[in-house]
Amino acid sequence: MSSTSEKFLVGIFDDEDILLHGVDGIREKGVKIHEVYTPFPVHGLDEALGYKRSRLPIAAFMFGLTGTILALVMQIWMLGFDWPMIIGGKNFVSLPPFIPVTFELTVLLSALGMVATFMIVSDMKPYKWPRTYDIRSTDDKHVMAIDLAANKLSKEEISRILKDNGASEVNEKNF
Amino acid sequence: MQATSSVREILVTGGKTVRDVSEDISRQVEAKPSRLWWTAFGISLILLLFGVYCLATVLWEGIGVWGLNKTVGWAWDITNFVWWVGIGHAGTLISAILLLFRQKWRMSINRAAEAMTIFAVICAATFPLVHMGRLWLGLYWVLPLPNTWGSLWANFNSPLLWDVFAITTYFTVSLVFWYMGLIPDFAVIRDRAVRMGNKTRAAVYNALSFGWDGGAKTWMRYESVALILAGLSTPLVLSVHTIVSFDFATSVVPGWHTTIFPPYFVAGAIFSGFAMVLTLLIVTRKVFKLEDYITIYHIELMNIVIIITGSIVGIAYITEFFVAWYGMVPAEFYAFYNRATGPYWWAYWSMMTCNVISPQLFWFKKLRTNIAATFILSIVVNIGMWFERFVIIVTSIHRDYLPSSWSMFYPTMYDVGEYILTFGFFFTAFFLFAKFFPVINMAEVKSIIKSTSEKKH
Repeated sequence: MSSTSEKFLVGIFDDEDILLHGVDGIREKGVKIHEVYTPFPVHGLDEALGYKRSRLPIAAFMFGLTGTILALVMQIWMLGFDWPMIIGGKNFVSLPPFIPVTFELTVLLSALGMVATFMIVSDMKPYKWPRTYDIRSTDDKHVMAIDLAANKLSKEEISRILKDNGASEVNEKNF
Repeated sequence: MQATSSVREILVTGGKTVRDVSEDISRQVEAKPSRLWWTAFGISLILLLFGVYCLATVLWEGIGVWGLNKTVGWAWDITNFVWWVGIGHAGTLISAILLLFRQKWRMSINRAAEAMTIFAVICAATFPLVHMGRLWLGLYWVLPLPNTWGSLWANFNSPLLWDVFAITTYFTVSLVFWYMGLIPDFAVIRDRAVRMGNKTRAAVYNALSFGWDGGAKTWMRYESVALILAGLSTPLVLSVHTIVSFDFATSVVPGWHTTIFPPYFVAGAIFSGFAMVLTLLIVTRKVFKLEDYITIYHIELMNIVIIITGSIVGIAYITEFFVAWYGMVPAEFYAFYNRATGPYWWAYWSMMTCNVISPQLFWFKKLRTNIAATFILSIVVNIGMWFERFVIIVTSIHRDYLPSSWSMFYPTMYDVGEYILTFGFFFTAFFLFAKFFPVINMAEVKSIIKSTSEKKH
């Protein structure tokens, strides 16, 4: 944590629908929202906040493709070139028996690679403590954090805008 | 906001709010375990210890202590392997396939069902590993590792090797999927511990939650990961039992060499898996007082899946017989004739009764919404599914082409002991899970509270 004090205004919302409307209203007033912390995924919140779609599916596809290529190269090289064996009088390299392993490795690499990417981009580590703007954000409250340094409006003005847009409480939090 | 049907589906009863969900589910993690829990855990642990003794004997003496003979080289071990893998399938079906079909009723049962999958797959993997005899050399036999004994690479044409990849991938991906679901819920317990001032618990659950913050951006990525994992797990779960069935279907043994095996095995797997989910959840909802989350409606829906898959399995049994007759291969016909009328007729007819007739009772709404009836039938179905695998494996090989080598299989204490080992492990692991991890996916249930919770009057 940095030594300079960061000042946040924290708006608490009781209901996901009020929150969704509130986000639109607050952004229209020109308030920059730092982040919204919710106890469960609220559909449409990412769009309301103007987030771009996650590129994780692309990562999953690339990892999957790596798995496919790796599995095929491994099997063809091992059984076809490195040590060819006659098994049941069949071809050294034939694709159908290689499909199961290829499929499994595609899925395995895709899943593991995507989850690892997710952990890295979201900066998730077992020893990391997240900043708690309001501890109720994992229970039943939707918590909107607004960085005062990033906003031109005064604290009082933002506080009023938050209340007008459905926040049930507005608190201050410094880090 | 969104269009909802006029008849609201009630998935959570008792007028629960979002707050109540955190409270009800986290409480069992925070409270000291009940006497009932200790008793159940103790019994499982005793079973596990007896199993460990039997396993140690098998490893020390070799698999000769099992009842296998020259003719019947696969019996209880492979039966149990297929049975446990099959049981695992329901967890993935519930969490992945029902997610893709947007079935909201999956949300309060998926956590426990996925835990069941993971423990069942571990149980399953024990059998082929031990059957390899010298377990410690197994790695060299099953993994494509270069080895110093001048040996060869693993044989990728063998369905047994496909199994290694299928089971390993299935286990890993299921574990990751399950754990991803747990992350936000660990954060709930962490924050409750912070509020209660329990620093140790807060630190442990924070580590388990990987420092989850619940930000909108994290949730967006998280949902994207969950959807793709579901998309990957769906073909994966279908592939696993397909590949398990290849162990038999790609052979030339009469009774095994049938193309119907993959779909027939997958349906059977889902059938037995749902039965096990019901057995476990009926107990869990009672012990942890979760009747408001796992309702009669959930039980009824699972029973409907049992009717469907049970009927598919029944049709598969009949089709096999028809093809054995219609195919006019004497050896094939004999394999089936011997199943129904030979020395193992009792196993065959137990299978038919338990799997084909008993699930049809669920056509009666009274029975499929009755907890006692469901509990009993869920166990009956699993007995039937065990017999199915026993019938397929043992009766197909105990009388082969050469009558002089015909034989019977008699299990020894060590065959039974290893089966008990897996039961001991399964229940021990499940009780530990139910004590230390939230048994219901809180984040998912919270997201549907507004639209599916019964209103208080």
